[in-house]
Amino acid sequence: MTYRQPVLDTSPHVSDEVRKTTCYMCACRCGINVHMKGGKVAYIEGNRDHPVNKGVLCAKGSSGIMQVTAPSRLRAPLKRVGPRGSGEFQEISWEEAMTIATDWLAPLRKTAPEKLAFFTGRDQSQSFTSWWAQSYGTPNYAAHGGFCSVNMAAGGIYTMGGAFWEFGQPDWDHTKLFILFGVAEDHDSNPIKMGIGKIKTRGAKVVGINPIRSGYNAVADDWYGVTPGADGLMILAIIHELLKAGKVDLDYLAMWTNSAGLVNSEEGPEKGLLLRDSDGKMLVIDRTTGQPAPFDQKGVRPDLGAVWQGHRTVFQHMAEKYLSPDYAPEKVAARVGIAAERIKGLAAEIARVAFDEAIELQQPWTDFRGERHETMVGRPVSMHSMRGISAHSNGFQTARALHVLQILIGSVETPGGFRFKPPYPKPFDAHPVPHCKVTPGAPLDGPHLGYPRGPENLALKEDGSPARIDKAFSWENPLSAHGLMHMVISNAHAGVPYKIDTLLLYMANMAWNSTMNTRQVIEMLTDKGEDGEYVIPRIIYSDAYSSEMVAYADLILPDTTYLERHDCISLLDRPICEADGAADAIRWPVIEPDRDVRGFQSVMLDLGARLGLPGMVKDDGTPKYADYADYIVNHERRPGVGPLAGFRGNGDSFGRGAVNPDQLKRYIDNGGFAINHVPHEAQYYKPWNAGYQDWAVSIGLYDKPLPYLFSVYSEPMRRFQLAAEGHGTRQPPEHLRAQLKMAMDPLPAWYAPFGDAEAAEYPIHALTQRPMAMYHSWGTQNAWLRQIHGRNPLYLPTAIWKQHGFSDGDWARVTSPHGNITVPVALMAGLNEHTIWTWNAIGKRKGAWALDADAPEATKGFLLNHLIHELLPPKGDGLRWANSDPVTGQAAWFDLRVKIERVEPQEQTLPDFPVIKSPVPKAPRNRLWGGEK
Amino acid sequence: MTELPPKSKKKLGLVIDLDICVGCHACVTSCKGWNTENYGVPLSDMDAYGADPSGTFLNRVHSFEVQPPAGPAQTIHFPKSCLHCEDAPCVTVCPTGASYKRAEDGIVLVNESACIGCGLCAWACPYGARELDQAAGVMKKCTLCVDRIYNQNLPEVDRVPACVRTCPANARHFGDLGDPDSAVSVMVAERGGMDLMPELGTKPINKYLPPRLKDRPAAKPVTAIADIEATGIAGWLDRLLEKF
Repeated sequence: MTYRQPVLDTSPHVSDEVRKTTCYMCACRCGINVHMKGGKVAYIEGNRDHPVNKGVLCAKGSSGIMQVTAPSRLRAPLKRVGPRGSGEFQEISWEEAMTIATDWLAPLRKTAPEKLAFFTGRDQSQSFTSWWAQSYGTPNYAAHGGFCSVNMAAGGIYTMGGAFWEFGQPDWDHTKLFILFGVAEDHDSNPIKMGIGKIKTRGAKVVGINPIRSGYNAVADDWYGVTPGADGLMILAIIHELLKAGKVDLDYLAMWTNSAGLVNSEEGPEKGLLLRDSDGKMLVIDRTTGQPAPFDQKGVRPDLGAVWQGHRTVFQHMAEKYLSPDYAPEKVAARVGIAAERIKGLAAEIARVAFDEAIELQQPWTDFRGERHETMVGRPVSMHSMRGISAHSNGFQTARALHVLQILIGSVETPGGFRFKPPYPKPFDAHPVPHCKVTPGAPLDGPHLGYPRGPENLALKEDGSPARIDKAFSWENPLSAHGLMHMVISNAHAGVPYKIDTLLLYMANMAWNSTMNTRQVIEMLTDKGEDGEYVIPRIIYSDAYSSEMVAYADLILPDTTYLERHDCISLLDRPICEADGAADAIRWPVIEPDRDVRGFQSVMLDLGARLGLPGMVKDDGTPKYADYADYIVNHERRPGVGPLAGFRGNGDSFGRGAVNPDQLKRYIDNGGFAINHVPHEAQYYKPWNAGYQDWAVSIGLYDKPLPYLFSVYSEPMRRFQLAAEGHGTRQPPEHLRAQLKMAMDPLPAWYAPFGDAEAAEYPIHALTQRPMAMYHSWGTQNAWLRQIHGRNPLYLPTAIWKQHGFSDGDWARVTSPHGNITVPVALMAGLNEHTIWTWNAIGKRKGAWALDADAPEATKGFLLNHLIHELLPPKGDGLRWANSDPVTGQAAWFDLRVKIERVEPQEQTLPDFPVIKSPVPKAPRNRLWGGEK
Repeated sequence: MTELPPKSKKKLGLVIDLDICVGCHACVTSCKGWNTENYGVPLSDMDAYGADPSGTFLNRVHSFEVQPPAGPAQTIHFPKSCLHCEDAPCVTVCPTGASYKRAEDGIVLVNESACIGCGLCAWACPYGARELDQAAGVMKKCTLCVDRIYNQNLPEVDRVPACVRTCPANARHFGDLGDPDSAVSVMVAERGGMDLMPELGTKPINKYLPPRLKDRPAAKPVTAIADIEATGIAGWLDRLLEKF
């Protein structure tokens, strides 16, 4: 056929209108352009002006259209009419739903507000939900950080006033060596990809330290297949090498950290604390005078090598500890799973880049002591980590070790290293302490969550028992800054430390993938007492979708999708700032719901008004806020400081300013966000930079400058050790003393993950991670994404594959001390030889998420959660110990140990659960875009 | 069957950096979204919530492992879509002229109104880059977003394929590979850009930049500043602080 080319219109109409809002397909919170055609969402792309994603968008973000049209969307409030777990519901009106909720919660508040436990999962409004819970008066509030990454967050806050992700980021523009510890594909999704792309494009090196060579580790220039739970030991071996060679930034340590602090050596209640003057300021020995001086004195030159009246500096204690042969690479190599030669090589490369390739920006700045510096010196080694190191029982100490490594080479808040994002840096002692004092009919005495300075801040009752249902801030886990959501249901079921009445959950799939020990948790949710009533009497749940949790609630408050709602991504909460600027953002309804659903936050404001909660009603008792949008604009946390920082006052103010009734319109006109840039002289050295501190005060991040030193040595931790040693009036129970002495080491330490106790019988480590295209189960029923990740085989390394004679198509029975599962397997060579893994939360319960009961997610998919108990196996001491980090209570998911055996191919993964009745209609069979059949 | 046009000077295509692609599938769903709304019939998803979901995608990412002679196995994320071959067998095999290569820029397209859904082109394509839409019965393939790259209704900066615009790692690049001075051609020259299966003689326009050398030998260890066993910590400390 001769060549003929049809005429083509290469400039077709793109869309009627572009509405700019914020993505919610994961926690990254990118700016999106929603293209509208005929009043419907046609196409979603990244917003080029947005500080988070600068135009790019991940697989989830571009699939949002399948989320807002998902057949699993709940349609109306539901009242349970069958037994719990049956899925038998009746659709009711919002008025009836709100009346039921009010009738349940009003009497509780008058008599025992702690009997309401309010926990949120995928919550991006924690400053609002915590405010609500505080006003209600219950101490039992937290979000999901306890089973996510609290070790990372708390380890960072206690060490340097911030951690990774929302707290800070590598200096992508200047770094020459980027080291990634553990799985990190799940948070800060697009910025990390953008950063890796940027540095690899210019030839900088990426090092991946991860048992699994997938995702970012696949593009790492060098891969270290570390054995799970041993990252901390590897880091301390690197510190050993650096100290041995003197490759540490002495000036940085002396000036900006507590390394020159003097550790009290006198026996007694102050032993191990840092010496202070009468104003409470840490003392150092000034090299110029040889005399003690407060750390912040102008001109002081702290002496790292000082010994004063028998008290030695933190630096000397640190050197003594880490120079010990116990941390020599040869000594740790077998446990770490990395050859000593490679650990040494990595240490040498860090030293070379930090010191031989140091960079210097010609940017003068002035420090908090009043000294001017002509340049900014940087050590271009950057690091990042998230859940991989966090979700172990030694995760807090490992996070501390990682930050101390960054600090030792002087790479935190210096060019090429790690940079905080406003409102961080913010030291632990600028955060609140936990509050738990309950007064019936009145608000709680302060914020629920915080950073204890010592035992005096634990959330304990007068009899010493835990004040919170999750036992957060108790001796079992003193620094549980995010609470322990994973313990709420089992504690409530056991009535320990006390019974509750109503469990209120928001977007938390606690009857499936968000809980340990899934089957027994389901039984706890459905268990009845001798009186025939449910042991957990009432459960209220809010979700936008027909998740597995829905069937286990008594009252369902259906939420909207993310394109149908108002939200604020607030500086008071978990903001979206960049190192160069403070930023926040909104969501607004770019489409209206076509169902009888309401945004959860608006519902809570309505409920709060019906309950007469302070702050939610006017003096005459009528509701103060019409809805969440009204709250976002008009609520003030402090005078002039509200949920949104941008466009305050007459519209020109950022941070501080009067309420502006046009604020939301200004955000919408600006693409859904606001940003205020950090001045040039304030872009690095932020904790000590007077220019940054003044800027932070000017926009309301602080009320006065808050310069501080990094805590290489953690005094709060030492105070808990002192208590365990018998000092002070608040004393731990006897059985916890040894654990506290070990876990609360004020210098980063490594101890074997608690799961290792089972290593003899269960030699294999088992992990999960989220695929980049699907992190958050709320996206996994997505019609596009489930075609990418609809199955999750268990990946086995070559050694295990061969040892057990596996071949393609085989299945395996995997057994942990707690249970077993039967699942399909696949071979993966790029894997630590003692480790197996699978994608998390692909497995679905039959009947949930509007998927067919024979969907592969339900027949071939599975959860490792069935193998993981919230408690450790009995040790024979009559006690049951939590499967959590003993510092923070972080769920130790990745401590899991298993054994494996080959089985013949199966049709159905085990355990298999009965189909639950769906509260939503059956999904259309095909998606044909406008003509579903 | 169908003739190819005279060779064009302009050869639009993609350059995909396998050193940087993290396998996130952003390009996959961005492509799906744009092309469902735009050029030709929408991309269907059959059995979308059932046991065997099967949708039409114009771009997919494959992941596989490679075992080098020494060192640990490596994972490669390999995005694949139509390569817009100069000698495109999918065009010459087409019985109706529906499959064609544009004379002005070399983009290979399917004129859907002339496509009878016979599937010969998909058989002829050695790369498996074409998918027959099960609902519409017409052949779908990468259009290089021909409805974006010249589109006067889009801001100039957005006149690139959807997959390129969205790629978070900046692993995808678009440009004229017929112009040796274009950014993409320079990139291909500098990084040793490769054809996919050149032995087949299809002369693909799209190029892949190979992964850089990985898993370098361990660096030489650092040297201790003092023999700590002999001097103790005190000796080490003196040595460390003497120049400070």
